[in-house]
Amino acid sequence: MRRTMKAVVMGASWGGLNAFSTILAGLPARFPAAVLLVQHQHASADNRLAWLLSRYSTLPVRAPEDKEEILPGHVYVAPPGYHMLVNEDDTVALSTYRPVHFSRPSIDELFFSAGHAYGAALVGVLLTGANDDGSDGLDYIRRRGGHTLVQSPQSSEAPVMPEAAIIKGAAREVLDLERIGPYLADYLVGL
Amino acid sequence: MQQSMDVIDDDQIQIEDIEIRLLLEAIYQLYGYDFRAYSRASMRRRVMHRLAMSGFPSVTQMTERVLRDRQFFVILLNDLTVNVTEMYRDPEFYRAFREEVIPVLKTFPFIKIWHAGCSTGEEIYSMAILLEEEGLYDRAMLYATDIDKNVLMAAKKGIYPIDAFKQYTENYRRAGGRKSLSEYATARYDSVIMEQRLKRNIVFADHDLATDQVFGEMHVILCRNVLIYFDRPLQERVIRLFDDSLDLGGFLCLGTKESLRFSGNEDAFDVINKSLRIFRKRQIPHNA
Repeated sequence: MRRTMKAVVMGASWGGLNAFSTILAGLPARFPAAVLLVQHQHASADNRLAWLLSRYSTLPVRAPEDKEEILPGHVYVAPPGYHMLVNEDDTVALSTYRPVHFSRPSIDELFFSAGHAYGAALVGVLLTGANDDGSDGLDYIRRRGGHTLVQSPQSSEAPVMPEAAIIKGAAREVLDLERIGPYLADYLVGL
Repeated sequence: MQQSMDVIDDDQIQIEDIEIRLLLEAIYQLYGYDFRAYSRASMRRRVMHRLAMSGFPSVTQMTERVLRDRQFFVILLNDLTVNVTEMYRDPEFYRAFREEVIPVLKTFPFIKIWHAGCSTGEEIYSMAILLEEEGLYDRAMLYATDIDKNVLMAAKKGIYPIDAFKQYTENYRRAGGRKSLSEYATARYDSVIMEQRLKRNIVFADHDLATDQVFGEMHVILCRNVLIYFDRPLQERVIRLFDDSLDLGGFLCLGTKESLRFSGNEDAFDVINKSLRIFRKRQIPHNA
């Protein structure tokens, strides 16, 4: 069944580069929703991550500017040193507010704001990681009627983050890493 | 799995949005701080964060407290305004400033620099040190402004945790610093205090970009990672304010993720460094 979704938001910490590249490689070129992702990283990492991930994806990948318009079929990577949020008018809001869960960007900041703006037209995906950022935000997405996926702890390089979300009851589906990309393609595109 | 059925539907979101607008209106009317044109998503997260921390059942009940308790308001104000920064944040920017802006400033007899939204002051001291190393400090006057008097007080003191300072040392080196950052500060227990001489040409003043006016004939305006807190109309207002406050040929420095693209005033400036967001006001007025 095809669904009209505005966005997919994803978050990862330890092991995220491998997880994101695997998932993005599984998304088709005509993906109908925007993809926004947060990877915990040091502020001095520059925008290297967007460049790296663009090599695995048929979709355009970029680290956005503040107030940049969010377009379907584009991938937005939170720039290091900034929280990345979603405004209701489909634009990106960046902030240098204090770190959340010791992280800036923080997954919760993205998930809460996207959950607020998009409600049921959102998919939240929480991946491998070694702290508990993202589980509150993922639960918020669920409570807003959005769909929520968690990477299975056994397929995660670091299981703490997925486990925190599962214990909280935030996960509607728990999937192995290799299945997440195809699942999203199927869920949104009906391939 | 203990999935709770506590659905948050669009009606509830709408009510929260109204409550947040009323809170910001209350703050404006009673305390004069105007957050009504701030970026919605960030404001909302901060308000909800404070709500969760304080345990009030609703934003409306928190608003009631804000209206009656100034001390509680000060806590919330801190949540709403504090822009967490560091010395030499984005070292490449300071390097570019040294290489591309300083040579021009050296041709001026007197230099006025406005640091708008200076927060706790880390970046104003970064600039003061840079000017001193370039032999320009004595010719310069630095105006450090912020909306929040409490962070201005912290900026004026110039006391920072020693752990953070160690990280700033690395930033300073990457920014092209000529000495050792520790030469500009004195360690005391687990803090460092910036040298008094760096403060002699800095004026600290409160100024609200959302409501206050032009800040006279500047040669350089630094406003990095402040515009991101504003919605687009307020961003436009502030860029116009900067345009009006700058001398012809003056420099405007924004955060590396901030843009003049959405300001409607892009034509008034030349791009000096695209990726590090250094702009220069055109010598000939664009509307002449």
